[in-house]
Amino acid sequence: MSTATQIPFVEYLVLEPEPHLVAQECTSCGARYFDRRNACAGCFATDFTPVEIATEGTLRAFSIVTFAAPGVAVPFVAAVIDCGGTSVRANIINCPPDPEHVSLGMKVRLATTVVGTDAAGVEAVNYGFEPA
Amino acid sequence: MSRSDDIWILGIHMTKFGKHPNLDVVDLGAQAIQGALADAGVTMADIGILAAGNLLGSGSIAQQLQKQVGQTGIPAYNVSNACATGATALRTAIMAVKAGEVDMGLAVGVEKLAGAGLLGAGGRAKADESEWARNGRFGAVGPVDGRIGTESMPGVFAQIGMEYGHKYGGTSFELFAKISEKNHGHSTLNPLAAYNKAMSLDQIMNDVMIAYPNTRPMCSANCDGAAAAVVVNGEKLKTLSLEQQRRAVKVSASILTSDPWQEACQVLPDVNTLTRNAANQAYEQAGVGPNDLDLVELHDCFATAELVHYDNLMLCEEGGAVDFFESGAPYRDGRLPVNVSGGLQSKGHPISATGIANIWEVCQHVRGEAGDRQIEGAKVGLAHVIGLASACGIHILERSAA
Ligand SMILES: [Zn+2]
Repeated sequence: MSTATQIPFVEYLVLEPEPHLVAQECTSCGARYFDRRNACAGCFATDFTPVEIATEGTLRAFSIVTFAAPGVAVPFVAAVIDCGGTSVRANIINCPPDPEHVSLGMKVRLATTVVGTDAAGVEAVNYGFEPA
Repeated sequence: MSRSDDIWILGIHMTKFGKHPNLDVVDLGAQAIQGALADAGVTMADIGILAAGNLLGSGSIAQQLQKQVGQTGIPAYNVSNACATGATALRTAIMAVKAGEVDMGLAVGVEKLAGAGLLGAGGRAKADESEWARNGRFGAVGPVDGRIGTESMPGVFAQIGMEYGHKYGGTSFELFAKISEKNHGHSTLNPLAAYNKAMSLDQIMNDVMIAYPNTRPMCSANCDGAAAAVVVNGEKLKTLSLEQQRRAVKVSASILTSDPWQEACQVLPDVNTLTRNAANQAYEQAGVGPNDLDLVELHDCFATAELVHYDNLMLCEEGGAVDFFESGAPYRDGRLPVNVSGGLQSKGHPISATGIANIWEVCQHVRGEAGDRQIEGAKVGLAHVIGLASACGIHILERSAA
């Protein structure tokens, strides 16, 4: 698969060589952030280094959202996943959105999905987590 | 009786919650202020500071309200703190009185929400870009709401309840629905509630699903409403009538916290730590513990939220919220009644009014003026609000010794 025609949906998603998330880790206390910070919210230090986040994890919380803002496709499963000690927010994908198929504590792994193609033919690729 | 730097609620008022198609936010806020002044037995001439909150309006609500009720030139603060706005307005007035700058202050919160749709979901449908362009703190090429989890309040608070279940076990759709059944039952005795009808467990579970496990009646009810309070210091109170002194309610604790950093707070708001911090500070300031409380009004913006706050407010042992609920404790005839007003799910949630309305409810009980829903012999109560982002306000109110 070529990266020339694909871009990640968010900057903290890296598609190559295998899709994974990258956080900015505080070099002082180890706190991890998916967005840019002026200082660490936990310890106020100002140096960060990029770290790869585990692509497998455990479902710690979820909601099956059936009523959302205009433009948001429903239903979808919103979730918090514990990826080796780092909490990640994502949708649960490749899985029926019902309480029979989604359960607390279930093992999940990162997966990608194309959300759209722009006028230049570039695909935006998002991440989610699927049952492992 | 009162120490000179004690803070007292001298008067407090809550409007009917519900639909007020013929009243705008200024009308409603003014109604709450005039009610609170009358309850306190004072006029705008006695008031040294006004703090006012209205999240969805045009701004400067404090000055707009002064023009309706008395434009005396006092400092007016417009405060905004999400669903904790009312409590923050009250806290602002209390701080001015506590600092000794004024001896009487007024706080008001008002909102027009009847008919409003889903709140807190920022995902606007975006026109297709000709080419992807990155936006926002995550450099996203499109709206993240619905694509990377949810930003809707029902979904966020659903996850907060589910996370509690994952940590401690014992939760289920039915359990959360039962919490809602309790509050809808409680509101049948509250004539000012937006909804006064009891709902069966079946009705609640089979209503429209908003964000599993929260169905529509398990979500806070959008409605119009306002609430206002007059606060006074102990020194000034001593100069007022015996009847004013008798009806004054002591503010034993007034606390506002924000959420301290926690590993997961960037992906799911942590409403637990700041509530627990606020509760610890409040109990210490008031010199009371959870076992001394006769009633609690807590921020049940969703059924899933009420459960976690039993634990956060330490009404039960850590991890024991499910057992606490199943023991019957938080029902109005239980050991520690919670949300006897009907709570946000049934009384309603006109956002900025909520943080004063919950204090009004507790005041009604400790004054012995709660009518049919009076908790007999209530002396001490706690009122709690959460605003996402996050802010937590806790007030502990005690009956006057006079
Ligand atoms: Zn740090």
